[in-house]
Amino acid sequence: MKKLFALIAAALPAFAFAAGGNVHLDEHRTDLHDKASLQRGAQTYMNYCMGCHSLEHSRYNRVAKDLDIPEDLMMENMVFTNQKIGELMTNAMRKEDGKTWFGATPPDLTLVARVRRPDWLYTYLRSFYEDPKRPWGVNNAVFKDVGMPHVLADLQGRQVKGTAQVAVGYDTLTGQEITEERDGVLYLAEEGQLSAKEYDKLVFDLVNFLTYVAEPIATERQRLGWWVLGFLAIFLIPVYLLNKEYWKDVK
Amino acid sequence: MSKLNALMGWVDDRLPVTQTYEKHMSKYYAPKNFNFWYFFGVLSMLMLVNQILSGIWLTMNYVPSAEGAFASVEYIMRDVQWGWLIRYMHSTGATFFFIAIYLHMMRALLYGSYQKPRELIWIFGMFLYLALMAEAFMGYVLPWGQMSYWGAQVIISLFGVIPFGIGEALTEWIRGDFLISGATLNRFFALHVIAVPLVIVMLVVLHLLALHEVGSNNPDGIDIKKLKDEEGKPLDGIPFHPYYTVHDMVGIVVFLMVFCTVMFFFPEGNGFMLEYANFEPANGLKTPEHIAPVWYFGAFYSILRAFPDKAAGVIAMGAAIAILFVLPWLDRSPVRSWRYKGWISKIFIVVFAIAFVILTWLGTQPATGPNTLMARIGTVIYFAFFLLMPVYTRIEKTKPVPERVTGGH
Amino acid sequence: MSQDGVNHGRRTLLVGATAAVGAVGAGFVAVPFVKSWTPSEKAKAAGAPAKVDISKLEPGAMLTAEWRGKPVYVARRSEEALQTLPTLNERLKDPDNTNKAQQPAYADNISRSRRPEVVVLLGVCTHLGCAPKYFAEVKPEPFDADWKGGWFCPCHGSKFDLAGRVFNGSPASDNLEVPPHSYESDTVVIVGVDEENA
Repeated sequence: MKKLFALIAAALPAFAFAAGGNVHLDEHRTDLHDKASLQRGAQTYMNYCMGCHSLEHSRYNRVAKDLDIPEDLMMENMVFTNQKIGELMTNAMRKEDGKTWFGATPPDLTLVARVRRPDWLYTYLRSFYEDPKRPWGVNNAVFKDVGMPHVLADLQGRQVKGTAQVAVGYDTLTGQEITEERDGVLYLAEEGQLSAKEYDKLVFDLVNFLTYVAEPIATERQRLGWWVLGFLAIFLIPVYLLNKEYWKDVK
Repeated sequence: MSKLNALMGWVDDRLPVTQTYEKHMSKYYAPKNFNFWYFFGVLSMLMLVNQILSGIWLTMNYVPSAEGAFASVEYIMRDVQWGWLIRYMHSTGATFFFIAIYLHMMRALLYGSYQKPRELIWIFGMFLYLALMAEAFMGYVLPWGQMSYWGAQVIISLFGVIPFGIGEALTEWIRGDFLISGATLNRFFALHVIAVPLVIVMLVVLHLLALHEVGSNNPDGIDIKKLKDEEGKPLDGIPFHPYYTVHDMVGIVVFLMVFCTVMFFFPEGNGFMLEYANFEPANGLKTPEHIAPVWYFGAFYSILRAFPDKAAGVIAMGAAIAILFVLPWLDRSPVRSWRYKGWISKIFIVVFAIAFVILTWLGTQPATGPNTLMARIGTVIYFAFFLLMPVYTRIEKTKPVPERVTGGH
Repeated sequence: MSQDGVNHGRRTLLVGATAAVGAVGAGFVAVPFVKSWTPSEKAKAAGAPAKVDISKLEPGAMLTAEWRGKPVYVARRSEEALQTLPTLNERLKDPDNTNKAQQPAYADNISRSRRPEVVVLLGVCTHLGCAPKYFAEVKPEPFDADWKGGWFCPCHGSKFDLAGRVFNGSPASDNLEVPPHSYESDTVVIVGVDEENA
């Protein structure tokens, strides 16, 4: 049995590789237990994303229940269509309209966090920059020539791509930031309604919510997992002793 | 008690229940020196049961149509009470089924379990492996995600290499359309949920009947039936029940702990079990950037890609699987277990195992320059292991085999 | 210890312990499989309380709503119809609602309703589940020469009065079920909710 564990242990680190792409992605420290963050993320999603991107596999009442939002508050603040609480989170945009407006139908985002992964989303939503050559005047450093406009531009401000001072580390003696001039980096030319930090937090919460909605059972699954492993550990005791007892016969 | 005995006698006169139980359990004498490797037969059975049970329950809510399949899987994951667990049991079960099967096959390689008189057991096993691969492939198409679609596209296209227009006609016949479509999905569903499982269950029965006819091999590769006591019981044999039933239970519980760890904490297997792109609905107009098979097909996919020519690749892949069937006749060694084979065999089997693992890994990765080179080296090792076997097993010096089994308890 | 050197007591104990814990485990494994047969979230959403507007419902008329996939009959009874109800008692199997499961407490009265004139019934025959047909008029019908209005089930001929009470001689043995319901306002009935405005 020891060998089996060794085998699995050896295989696991190999699983931990990034899924392609050349762009450096910022880490999203997903925390599905942070209900406040998930609630803020849900609110942001409903206000800024839901118009174009449905969550067609998810139901309002499930989100309300999982995120500890009372159903009447959910109906008031998050359900903008005349849908019922138990319905799927669809929107009124017709697929053909989306295609005409954006060049591609805005995809349903229920599972986007499982397809793209949280790190990618977190970086993507913070990587829009001004590009007059594009139809909506913005491009994206992670998803080149994306058809989507920068919906959160008012909040983030004007981000441009060019030469700027980049923090590369801290001086160990003085604690001051060490910067370096680099080309082709994104920097904020003009602050929006939110500070850079607040904007990062907003995107963090949004991605947190998307990660939740991609697999709403995730936290429950892990919680249950500990109980199952605990049970199996208990079961192992009589099974092991039984085996040992019978094998006393075998000389 | 006597009433119960009378009832049992009544049944036995009509159906050989007691006789069957004795033949296969309480009086089936298995060598007493089974080690770690001997768990994986019963563990494969465990996974088969898991797949059948969870699979039956999945069909209750799955919708086999191009329009409804993807959404129905999410319906199972979200709206069906406990559906998520049943689905993860099935998807994680597929991976663990293959883990068990590969280790089970490795056991046969190490201890020469395919050698005379167990050739038929090995052949049935290989047919099982083949059926299992077909089953897994078709099962992966059912969620109708991007990988389902494009994986099917790639694999079915392989048949296109058959010349004289046969390949073309054959791929069209398998798909039932000019491209992968709902028709393909529906027939794969039918095959996946009923036809292939029936074949697998029947093959398992044959596999076990053949095994119990000749008896189990052991890590020393010696015949325990040669030395018997006055009652005719093998000296090195112990009844399967209770000794190996209680023994296997330990293996089962430990295996389930590993299984549950993955199922409850890493159900996606970091993209090796549930590929990320498969959470996107199938789209015939957009190919994912990187198409990779699920991990358990990796080795054969690597062999396929190791050749610059499509036809050569397909032939090599087919040969890689076909050659396994004739293994019992490639091994000319007078001994079964690698413990008593010569050093060439020992080195070869280790190198082969490593090459197989590396090929499996490479199959999931993009085919870049160094990867392709490694895949080619791995392919050469894979074939050399089998093709040179008649030579090196004959010329090498083997060690004397003991009279009685060693090690164990 | 017995003579063969085997501690049989210990073996029995361990076999028992393993079997017991194993049985508990099997029970746990059965839970998801059994529970997955209960109504899904989709079914629950479809089975959410149904609102029925009765503002246009004339005396003698009936409308059919849907709740949990079943037909719900909402009928408005005339004054005469209500007065007829007690006179039928002799001909009924259960005139006094002795089977309490067939109606909530607030409908355990002669009219089997919250409001005397409006009756809310599940349109599911208590015999074998067909949907009984509404015959409101007081006139001789082929199935009953002395018909005072009510429901007739075309499948096996069960007859119910205008309060959903079953007549003698019907294959059905219970009165039609009154589902939980309440009034949101004078003109809106909510089927599936007991409490509000009770």
